[in-house]
Amino acid sequence: MNSAVIRVDELSKCYRLGQKKLKKNLGELLSDSVRNRFRRFSNLNRQGSSKGTNPADEILWALKSVSFEVGQGEVVGIIGRNGAGKSTLLKILCRITDLTEGYVEIHGRIGSLLEVGTGFHGDLTGRENIYLGGAVLGMRKAEISRKFDEIVAFAEIDQFLDTPVKRYSSGMYMRLAFAVAAHLEPEILIVDEVLAVGDAAFQKKCLGKMSEVAHEGRTILFVSHNMAAVKTLCQRGIFLKNGTISCDATATEAVGTYLRSLEQAASQDLAVRTERTGKGQVRLSRVDACTGDADSSPILMTGRSARFVFYFTKMVPKLTCVFTIYNHLGEPVANFNSAIHSPEDSHDLALDTKLICHLDELSLVPGQYRINVAILSEEQLQDHVEAAAIFDVEPGTCRGRPVAKDTGYGNVSMHHRWTLPGEV
Amino acid sequence: MVLRLGSDRASAPPVVTVLRPSHHWPALNLRELWEYHELLYFLIWRQLKVRYKQTILGASWAIIQPFLAMVIFSVFFGRLAGMPSEGVPYPIFAYAALVPWTYFANALTLASSSLVEHERMLTKVYFPRLMLPMAAVLAGLLDLAIAFLVLLGLAVHYRIALSLSLCVTPLFALLAAGIAVGVGLWLSALNVQYRDVRHITPFLVQIWLFATPVAYPSSLVPEKWRVLYALNPMAGVVEGFRWALVGKGQPPGMFLFASISMVVVILTSGLYYFRRTEATFADVV
Repeated sequence: MNSAVIRVDELSKCYRLGQKKLKKNLGELLSDSVRNRFRRFSNLNRQGSSKGTNPADEILWALKSVSFEVGQGEVVGIIGRNGAGKSTLLKILCRITDLTEGYVEIHGRIGSLLEVGTGFHGDLTGRENIYLGGAVLGMRKAEISRKFDEIVAFAEIDQFLDTPVKRYSSGMYMRLAFAVAAHLEPEILIVDEVLAVGDAAFQKKCLGKMSEVAHEGRTILFVSHNMAAVKTLCQRGIFLKNGTISCDATATEAVGTYLRSLEQAASQDLAVRTERTGKGQVRLSRVDACTGDADSSPILMTGRSARFVFYFTKMVPKLTCVFTIYNHLGEPVANFNSAIHSPEDSHDLALDTKLICHLDELSLVPGQYRINVAILSEEQLQDHVEAAAIFDVEPGTCRGRPVAKDTGYGNVSMHHRWTLPGEV
Repeated sequence: MVLRLGSDRASAPPVVTVLRPSHHWPALNLRELWEYHELLYFLIWRQLKVRYKQTILGASWAIIQPFLAMVIFSVFFGRLAGMPSEGVPYPIFAYAALVPWTYFANALTLASSSLVEHERMLTKVYFPRLMLPMAAVLAGLLDLAIAFLVLLGLAVHYRIALSLSLCVTPLFALLAAGIAVGVGLWLSALNVQYRDVRHITPFLVQIWLFATPVAYPSSLVPEKWRVLYALNPMAGVVEGFRWALVGKGQPPGMFLFASISMVVVILTSGLYYFRRTEATFADVV
């Protein structure tokens, strides 16, 4: 790799939590400005500025002394748990938000596939929005005109070119928005899969576009929770943990470190874990995975019944538990949502602060899995914990048929039956 | 699908961007503003395109707004209150002031909400944030031009002898735009953090209207308060506009001078405040 196209040196970013805590009113303005004067004054001696000048104005370091360089043509995966600073890092590189300390040097234009559709206006036609969206992303008018036909062809919207985009189907809208963003042709491409909206097909298109760009020797920063994608698309991985770089190595190595840290976290007591998001009025305090039969052994087995028990700090009305099972590469396998009811669901007053999810027949192939849990009340996120539990599934039989260990061809074993030619 | 990527820009050396913590005294960075001038053009164009979409009367709203205000003013202030109007018919007296005033009031209102309204743009892409309030103010100039044509028609109707001083009206319009940008920078940046601004702005505009010689001539203001009165930069604009058109009222003098000085003060301070706070817009909005 020759010279660096991105150089990040001792980059730090802090948020005053008060800043993110919604809009203030004028009453707070006065006391605030007085306080700010004061803080600026006390900051003169630099030390201790990060911690506790005022409990009401907590400071959060989203990134702390992050340094790295990215060479021309490198494809770098940035991984880490939610709140580790991935999105903040990207936002700083895209110049959306300011850095607090440090130095960043970027050679070339940065484009990102996370800003799809920014600047579009529903009342304007497809044609008009192509120009507008392009200009907002930093394209010159001449450049847009030159690529206009290509964009239209890519988005497959030629006959609706003069229809206001608010009359478009969401799929058409997405295609158009993506087409504009994809034609920006930046020297450095940033893809935030975590923030990417849209259906699976659209996300696939994003990834497809990405590998295509990578083949042309462009520099790419890729943020994803999908470890399989990071491993296949990236040569290098940067694992962010609590705002600092925990591992900067090959993608495989970084992914390994990340997964190990997830395991460690899972073995930690849930109640004391701090890496979580949500309002926090109710929190998850424990998750148990065990077999569903009388002896309820903690070792799950393919084909046997299973039970996931979620313990909460307290009970509130309209509590919803959503959890997703991921395989060891971080690919989602199955999602469960207690707010989507079936006639088989039941209520039990004796449960108190517990919720139980029963699976009559665990159809996961043997291997290691982890679950992310989200708790909502009244449609507000109360708590979200990644890798709340890690569990192993031992080989077993699915209705008499043995299920082999993870073969790399999917994680689910479906109950099935063959009809074969010949005699028994 | 295969895309041709970057073949046409390969020859140009890549731009180098350096990011550092923002300083206490932010730079104005005019070069960057120039680099993004096409975006400004597109933002203005979008405002114009969208403003009268799905309305029945369309662009005629640009005329109806000041015109209706003129009718109301003529009835209540001209007829019922018998307001003096420097010897010209009250309707034209009022309309000549309402044209720049309506422009200013609309521009200011749009500018103050411009950042909050484009929250998605602020949090998703980088561009000089100054473009948003500026586009809001500049887009109104077309409405001003349309209303001005009606003003000329009205002048002909009332047999007002137009003079060469008519040529300076654009300068006053520019001054009004300058004030709207200056105050708009303050309000829009404050609005990002304190949504109180949204509630204050209509009041501010209303009070400002009464503090400006729109419905009445500035000669009505007692001599000893004149200096204080002139600190309202719109007083100079409105008086000057009226003078340029009907040749009556205060010729540009003390008012104009005070107006220009105030514009400089407001614009500079507004730019300073805006530039200082813009780095955190995306975090706060």
